[in-house]
Amino acid sequence: MTAIEAAPKLVKLAARNDENSLILDGHEPRLHFASGSEANIWLDVDFSTYVNKSHPEIEVELPTFHPRRGMLNDLCQAAHLCEHLDNLDGFIRPVNIQDEDVTEKNKDVNKFFASLNNTTKHVMSGLTDLSQLDSVIRMAEIVAGGRLEDNPIISFITCAVKSPLQLVDDTTQKLIEIARRGIPLVMSSSPQGGSTAPITEDGMVAQINAEILCGVALTQLVRKGTPVLYGSVPTRARMDDLNESYGAAEFNQYNVDCVQMARFYGLPCYSTAGVADTKVPGIQASVEKMFSHILVSLSGPHYLHYAFGLLERTNTFCPIQAVLDDAHIQMVKSFLREPNIGPREVSSSLEQVKQVMNSTHKLYVRYVRPKLHAGEITPPYPFESRDMSDEVLLKASRRMEELLSLPVEHLSKDTTKRIYNDIPGLLRRLNIHDQEK
Amino acid sequence: MTNEEIIQLLKENIIQGRRDENDEGLEEGMVGQPGAKELTEAAIEAGISPDTIILEGLTAGMNVVGEKYEAKEYFIPDMLASAEATGIAMEILEPHLAKAGVSSKGKVVVATVKGDLHDIGKNIVSLLLKGAGYEVLDLGNDIPPERIVDVVREENPDFVGLSALLTTTMKMMGETINRLREAGLRDKVKVLVGGAAVSQDFADEIGADGYGTDGFHAVRLVEELRE
Repeated sequence: MTAIEAAPKLVKLAARNDENSLILDGHEPRLHFASGSEANIWLDVDFSTYVNKSHPEIEVELPTFHPRRGMLNDLCQAAHLCEHLDNLDGFIRPVNIQDEDVTEKNKDVNKFFASLNNTTKHVMSGLTDLSQLDSVIRMAEIVAGGRLEDNPIISFITCAVKSPLQLVDDTTQKLIEIARRGIPLVMSSSPQGGSTAPITEDGMVAQINAEILCGVALTQLVRKGTPVLYGSVPTRARMDDLNESYGAAEFNQYNVDCVQMARFYGLPCYSTAGVADTKVPGIQASVEKMFSHILVSLSGPHYLHYAFGLLERTNTFCPIQAVLDDAHIQMVKSFLREPNIGPREVSSSLEQVKQVMNSTHKLYVRYVRPKLHAGEITPPYPFESRDMSDEVLLKASRRMEELLSLPVEHLSKDTTKRIYNDIPGLLRRLNIHDQEK
Repeated sequence: MTNEEIIQLLKENIIQGRRDENDEGLEEGMVGQPGAKELTEAAIEAGISPDTIILEGLTAGMNVVGEKYEAKEYFIPDMLASAEATGIAMEILEPHLAKAGVSSKGKVVVATVKGDLHDIGKNIVSLLLKGAGYEVLDLGNDIPPERIVDVVREENPDFVGLSALLTTTMKMMGETINRLREAGLRDKVKVLVGGAAVSQDFADEIGADGYGTDGFHAVRLVEELRE
């Protein structure tokens, strides 16, 4: 317990743009939403026009789905998109880069560079190869303009434990080395209820809590004061194929329970929500995602990852679904807003009641205007269709194109040059300044 | 203030949807400044003709409001606030219109039919019609057909607007039209119907002259039928 108590209760996740920096306070349930997590498949969506055979005058535009392996360019595009998603607070690489020239030895530097060069939000990722750790830190320090420890614009996710209750040499070594350098890290554990953990709520929580606390304690034994997040990613096994089921009610129960444990210890909590079991974007995906977004949010975590675009458990990332998720998370954030009730507001409301009751029409509609124009009234669903059609995906697709057409603040030419001079293994095609030439 | 300044300010207050000096409108610090009521009174006092007040102040202001609504800069609450401000100005102008030989755009009697107490839709239609420059006699809710017949006989309106939310009360719309017919008044007035339970098919079935899907549609219908 002494080691757990030594872990900081307040962790800063800095960002290239300081306005995007996040403060995670274990004693204050202020929620941030982040993407995640290294899906192998990138899902493109096309729309084609279909004609009704019986009524040829009736045409609809429907999606077709094209899954393919994720590439470095997709990661750049994902970071670009996430930069412009208003409700995404932190970036975790949502797609695994599987280009032929990406190897275990250059993967980390390339994925961090692709991320940092395309978003000004906090960048978090796992570490593929320990030998790359210092190169990644050096790269981030060039971008941050100082010691990463002082301005942690990146952080790491470590999975030191293999459930049930086994420390793994490779990942534990990574955790130790990251902690030794004082860089923020997530001590993440992801047992599966029904296979690698008990399916019961109490059994699951007891096990995952022990696994996470083991890693947290280790970080503090390596270096007291290392910023560490309580990373709870409990899932439940499907009984038909033993894959994870993120849409299951138990998934939400487990995660809500873990958030309570983190709050008990006063540790900032990296929790999980927003994953769909289905392979394609749409109704099932949005229902499953919103189910956990709402429930887990209400339990008061600090950093909710997996929240954008993930489908087919966590195997697929679809940028159109990420755009939908952004709108849905906007609803959750609006709901969680701190109420603004004080003597002035009460007095104003009473005056409204008086005025309306003295009117002939008895309507409060005109009094909505100050809040409406201040953007304090939640808007209608942004992808709503007119008439008797469902154009949600089509509209989300158009919105995605709009967002991708917005510029991104890339790293400067000088910074890029320094990074390419100092950091081995970076692929030339990521250097946009080279492309400009 | 010059006459031009009064009219310009009136137009701006219509755009802001400010009824009177106590109305804060859309901007901070407006309370205490003259609103549509005070500026209309000032315009009459200054001898500005009612048609100039209507055309260059009220209508010009409402046109801008319409443009802002189309551009999604304004929403229903803004439209209603502006319509309400215009309605207040029109009430002040009313006695001066006849004197100046300016006729109103038309007289509309509105009511929620017998047995129905739901009046939100009807109230919105009243506000918007007043804002569009019509003289509106709002009879309230739970109004029996015979009362409507009496008012039509006495007031000689151009339109009757009937509202009902419930499927159980909408049949009173047909009953009202029958009573107007029996009283020999059906050809003298156009009857429009609206409300959640009502549809175009139902309006056709009971022999109404029009069916409005919402308040704005109701105003458009009145404008079209007036022509």
